[in-house]
Amino acid sequence: MTDLSTSYLGLILKNPLVASASPLCEDVGNIRKMEDAGAAAVVLNSLFEEQITLESHDLDRHLTHGTESFAEALTYFPDMTDYNLGPDGYLDHLRRAKAAVDIPIIGSLNGISSGGWIRYAKKIEQAGADALELNVYFIPTDSKMTGAEVEQMYVDLARDVRASVSIPVAVKLGHAFSAIANLARRLDEARADALVLFNRFYQPDFDLDSLEVVPHLTLSSSYELLLRMHWVAILYGHIGADLAVTGGVHTGQDVLKSMMAGARVAMMTSALLKYGIHHLATVRTELVAWMEQHEYESIRQMQGSMSYRSVAEPAAFERANYMRVLRSYAPKMPGH
Amino acid sequence: MSRPKVTIDGNEAVAYVAHQINDVIAIYPITPSSAMGEWADQWSAEGRTNIWDSVPLVVEMQSEGGAAGAVHGALQTGSLTTTFTASQGLLLMIPNMYKIAGELTSTAFHVASRSVAAQALSIFGDHSDVMATRATGFALLASNSVQEAMDFTLIAQAATLESRVPFLHFFDGFRTSHEVMKIELLTTEDARAMIDDELVRAHRGRALSPDRPFVRGTAQNPDVFFQARETVNPYYLACPTIVQNAMDTFARLVGRQYHLFDYVGAPDADRVVVLMGSGAEAAQEVVEHLTAQGEKVGVLKVRLYRPFSVEACVAALPPTVKIIAALDRTKEPGSTGEPLYLDVVAAVSEAMASGEAPFRALPRVIGGRYGLSSKEFSPAMIKGVFDEMAKAKPKNHFTTGIHDDVTHTSVDYDPTFFTEEPDTVRALFYGLGADGTVGANKNSIKIIGEETDNHAQGYFVFDSKKAGSVTISHLRFGPKPIRSTYLIDRASFVACHQFSFLDRFDVLKAAEPGATFLLNSPYRPEEVWNHLPRTVQEKIIGKKLRFFVIDAYAVARETDMGGRINTIMQPCFFALSGVLPRDEAIAAIKRAIKDTYAKRGDAVVQKNIAAVDSALDHLHEVQVPSQATSAFDVRPPAPPEAPEFVRKVTAPMLAREGDTLPVSALPADGTYPSGTTQWEKSNLALEIPVWDADLCIQCGKCVLVCPHSVIRAKVYDPKLLTNAPASFKSSPARWREFGDLHYSLQVAPEDCTGCTLCVEVCPVKNKTEVRLKAINMMPQPPIRDEESRNWDFFLELPEMDRGALSLSVVKDTQLLQPLFEFSGACAGCGETPYIKLMTQLFGDRALVANATGCSSIFGGNLPTTPWTFNGDGRGPAWSNSLFEDNAEFGLGMRLALDKQTEYAHELLTRLSASIGDELVRGLLNANQATEAGIKQQRERVKLLKERLGGLNTPEARNLLSLADGLVKRTVWIVGGDGWAYDIGYGGLDHVLASGRNVNVLVLDTEVYSNTGGQASKATPRGAVAKFAAAGKPMPKKDLAMMAMTYGNIYVARVAMGGNDTQTVKAFLEAEAYEGPSLIVSYCHCIAHGYDMAHGLEQQKAAVLSGYWPLFRYNPDLVKEGKNPLQLDSKAPTLPLKDYVYNETRYTILARSKPEQARWLLEQAEEDVRTRWRLYEHWAAMQVDGTTKEDRND
Repeated sequence: MTDLSTSYLGLILKNPLVASASPLCEDVGNIRKMEDAGAAAVVLNSLFEEQITLESHDLDRHLTHGTESFAEALTYFPDMTDYNLGPDGYLDHLRRAKAAVDIPIIGSLNGISSGGWIRYAKKIEQAGADALELNVYFIPTDSKMTGAEVEQMYVDLARDVRASVSIPVAVKLGHAFSAIANLARRLDEARADALVLFNRFYQPDFDLDSLEVVPHLTLSSSYELLLRMHWVAILYGHIGADLAVTGGVHTGQDVLKSMMAGARVAMMTSALLKYGIHHLATVRTELVAWMEQHEYESIRQMQGSMSYRSVAEPAAFERANYMRVLRSYAPKMPGH
Repeated sequence: MSRPKVTIDGNEAVAYVAHQINDVIAIYPITPSSAMGEWADQWSAEGRTNIWDSVPLVVEMQSEGGAAGAVHGALQTGSLTTTFTASQGLLLMIPNMYKIAGELTSTAFHVASRSVAAQALSIFGDHSDVMATRATGFALLASNSVQEAMDFTLIAQAATLESRVPFLHFFDGFRTSHEVMKIELLTTEDARAMIDDELVRAHRGRALSPDRPFVRGTAQNPDVFFQARETVNPYYLACPTIVQNAMDTFARLVGRQYHLFDYVGAPDADRVVVLMGSGAEAAQEVVEHLTAQGEKVGVLKVRLYRPFSVEACVAALPPTVKIIAALDRTKEPGSTGEPLYLDVVAAVSEAMASGEAPFRALPRVIGGRYGLSSKEFSPAMIKGVFDEMAKAKPKNHFTTGIHDDVTHTSVDYDPTFFTEEPDTVRALFYGLGADGTVGANKNSIKIIGEETDNHAQGYFVFDSKKAGSVTISHLRFGPKPIRSTYLIDRASFVACHQFSFLDRFDVLKAAEPGATFLLNSPYRPEEVWNHLPRTVQEKIIGKKLRFFVIDAYAVARETDMGGRINTIMQPCFFALSGVLPRDEAIAAIKRAIKDTYAKRGDAVVQKNIAAVDSALDHLHEVQVPSQATSAFDVRPPAPPEAPEFVRKVTAPMLAREGDTLPVSALPADGTYPSGTTQWEKSNLALEIPVWDADLCIQCGKCVLVCPHSVIRAKVYDPKLLTNAPASFKSSPARWREFGDLHYSLQVAPEDCTGCTLCVEVCPVKNKTEVRLKAINMMPQPPIRDEESRNWDFFLELPEMDRGALSLSVVKDTQLLQPLFEFSGACAGCGETPYIKLMTQLFGDRALVANATGCSSIFGGNLPTTPWTFNGDGRGPAWSNSLFEDNAEFGLGMRLALDKQTEYAHELLTRLSASIGDELVRGLLNANQATEAGIKQQRERVKLLKERLGGLNTPEARNLLSLADGLVKRTVWIVGGDGWAYDIGYGGLDHVLASGRNVNVLVLDTEVYSNTGGQASKATPRGAVAKFAAAGKPMPKKDLAMMAMTYGNIYVARVAMGGNDTQTVKAFLEAEAYEGPSLIVSYCHCIAHGYDMAHGLEQQKAAVLSGYWPLFRYNPDLVKEGKNPLQLDSKAPTLPLKDYVYNETRYTILARSKPEQARWLLEQAEEDVRTRWRLYEHWAAMQVDGTTKEDRND
């Protein structure tokens, strides 16, 4: 019997397949389907502090606009008892998800203010999340801000949130850092329990008909796994925090590669959006089949087996790798 | 027993008790009573119960007449039932009131008394509505203050249950209904103690029931009607005693003793004024002031006006009284005196005649009118009345508070007379509408009232504009009870929250010497002085004011508060007034912020608290120089080139000096000149649109959509540019047929409200910087003068020849002069673009009947009105009759025109030989279907008039008086959905069915916008509105489809943002159709709750989602063998939720009741699908009724 179990964020998971944060997770029915299809854990869609703040300001603005200006119409709306604003809807969803499934539910938070990160992290903990993933999405558009300042912000955030809650905390990172290994070490030192590599962001696109900038997100492909695999392999064994791969996990083989690089779990969204939630079962079957075919007993056995420190030629992860790839594309000379 | 102290207004005070002691409440919105219904509806929606632990059933009706009918029915079926109303609404209830009283039915109506429209509508307070109900048989009970309004709501209910006489409890509209006062809250136990359940059961026992059937409401004949009418006498005779008993019980319970007539003053007074309502409080203040000085004066407050107890009235008067002045807050033209005066005369006379009068000698009774339409009724005026009474020959039937230089009724008074308590703090705040000033002041009053032992009062004055209005808050607080039911004219604290007010009117007029003046100033304390108009500087120096500034907008920007400066100015007021220690005040403000905003989200709370924390750091005292230095001064309200009427009558109103206008200045019959908004330069917009001539494609969309007609386009001969100002822009006209003519788009910089609809609708983007369009917002102040000169030059350019334009093309229509301009509508209004379009197309020959509502207010509210005229002096002739009768009013116009035309045709035929047969034939057979045809007819009429001038016969003179009517006239019946779908629907249906050639334009905002967004039958399913706080459960009525079922009515449903060409076509076809036409137009509205700059996008979304399908139903097409129904929009492509959830009216339901919202959305989606299928099917039918499918069978 192949042992697929793994541990992540201190949780024992039945396998390394985790549904990552996506709009699919906004529906408890989907979360139930994920569990049925074999997901070992689900990261909920993110609670966006900015969204809450915006909605709050918008509601206030529209309820207030034009009021107490004209004697016949001092207001335009009835004063409702409550507006179910803020994180309440999200926390209710979290509670319902927890109640609906047996697998761990990992909350996800995207904050904008230091107070907000901690306030909402505590609320997510109180609502019963098994762990928390910090979905940090920060575009440093300020030209005066240095890379060091950006990194320090991440480190401070991880430390502050970690100190404020007792559930495990993962930090989901983008890949656009000049010294990822160093940042990972510092996050590890700040007591982050896991690093999730790497976030995929909406990219602005142009609509040429309307001449407007529109947000755009294409689904990932297995190709994108390579970057994640690369960095997990480099970091594996060098930091204490768990590593998770997200982005580009579509097949059983992708999961295997992630594990061998050193990840504890492989997270999936695009493949589920593309093929449906039941695709998790397919991936699991592929995973088991490959392991059986290659006589692997357990996932743990392979985790980190092809990491930087475990491969014969660590340089393959370094600059030489780049050079060799270029060479391999070089046209073959006649006569060779 | 201690009762909580609360700081609330009169409407809430009344509704609070009424909701506790009724089972059924039938409501309909009307100012100033709407809030009572809103409270009742909201409380029931929240599950608040009455004293019998059951939630009262609140139902909105289609009119006050409907509400009264429902009340009557509910009462006859045994429920304790009430309603709230005012003014015309009360008048609509009168027929039912006779019935309710005739059947001796216990009920108490609550009325925020308001003027009844006569020469003009007025939303403000007087007793003309209540006085119109005197004969109904209702008892009339007057309360004078917020506390009394609460108390009398309970007393009235107790008394009606015992007496069986129905009660109308009234209090002054605005002065009491909207005044915020610290009062003692009656408890549920008080209500239980006052309401005898046995009497409630007796009321129920008299109800209709098939288990013990009887007949009530028979028709009676001459033999018995009279006697039967007299049967009620014992009940009316007993009623005053029952009321007094209820008052006595109330006094034992609560401690406040009232009497049928309450006398205050010297026991040996020789001069007594008699009155009722809030003015009696000011009168008491004067009487107490004068008696303290030894004067023998008094005031008799009438509580129970009907049934009028002669005995109680006379007994309450001091026997020493020599002269009584009965003061009426109403006018009854042609009567020997106003009602209260006549009652007092009769009471005194009857008492003297019967020998029961206590008077030493027959007192003289005089009558006077005061306070119509909330006209100020100040201590000085009351003192003036007492002074008049002391004269040997005092005026009778006098007026006070105005200067009547026509019939000389007014009595003089000394405006410096002053009675206020020296230790009462009086504060005045001038704010810009919606900047939060009023809310903050209500909040301050609440804090002072509830956190200190002070008495506190707040009263708020608004002007008639919906965009950029000025609000004035009058706050009093102090250790003594406040009876000052009049505006503050000596303030110890004046705050001006908007710097630009300083050069518009005199904000320091009421500042008393040594007062504190707080100014929201964009200028620093060391630089502000030289930016003040000279008059303001002189007043600051002359009155020795302490002068403080704060740049509240800067703080608001820093703290993300936008234009809301409430929580910035409020701490400054507390800091400067010292009413509370600073820290306590700040803490109280923060608590209030949490109470108010917590449910809107923590971010909102934090933002407001940050604003409070920043405020005082930015508050600075200004060292006042000893000399006035400014060379500029307060701007004149109207320029010297304005017409005489505007300069002499309108200008004082604009300067807030309208109270000084004498009677002679005003027209006697309510007729005012058109086109006066052009003289009122509001300068509201911080940014205005600026045209990019090179980029513009001249599509005219910005001109079309501009709600205030401030963007205009003209095409003209470029030679006319010779004397153009240097910055006047022009470019070659993009019309093939106009050859080398030029085009200019010009903005009226001082009339723009800055709504940005024009920028949003502009379809062109700059190729090197896409954020820029062919029209872009720029700061107004730097370009104001220059653009004003350009605007003046633009106006001098000639208008296009209407005959040269293709009027079915949008860009051509937007070269036509709008004859509706610069209205006081909301910035970004969705109604005015349709009205403006109508005036562009037909305004020079249009008569407009306008239902009461937003469009009649921004269309007809003084000081200035937007309906205007063209260079030939022609323009829409506009009138407003009522809310409910507008369709009939417009039909009347049509009937008169038709009859006059018929008679003119008869006269033409009769006088043909004298006039000239050819001219007569031309006049009779004129084709006026085109602009060219109309122009030719105008020329014929001109010739006719010349020829008639030479014929001095009665028939010729008659024809001359009718000649103008030979040019085709068009009648437009305009109103909102509240009128068309609800209160006026019966009339509208009848008028549409009449077959007459009228055009009905329904401005459908889907709520009663003018009264603050109450639900109508046009409100869509799932939207939240007042009176539909749980989301409207029923679908919107399809008015257009109902009209189509007649078959002979032209019907169109339009949305300018969905398809502007279709809109223009619909207007042209409707007008051309020789029969009734109905255009239902989608109007985005402030009551929908989103940024109205996106109004057109939202209209488009409404169309794409299938919520608002566009179509035209033209019966004329049947003659061509075509289906009259043409769908102008495609099958739904946008999910309904993507349309509705852009609007707060839908999202607040999703936030407050998500399950309900989801369910209603599903229903609404089904509505869309069903209706689309129906329309599609209808549009696919052949004229014979078969469909394509039928034919395939």
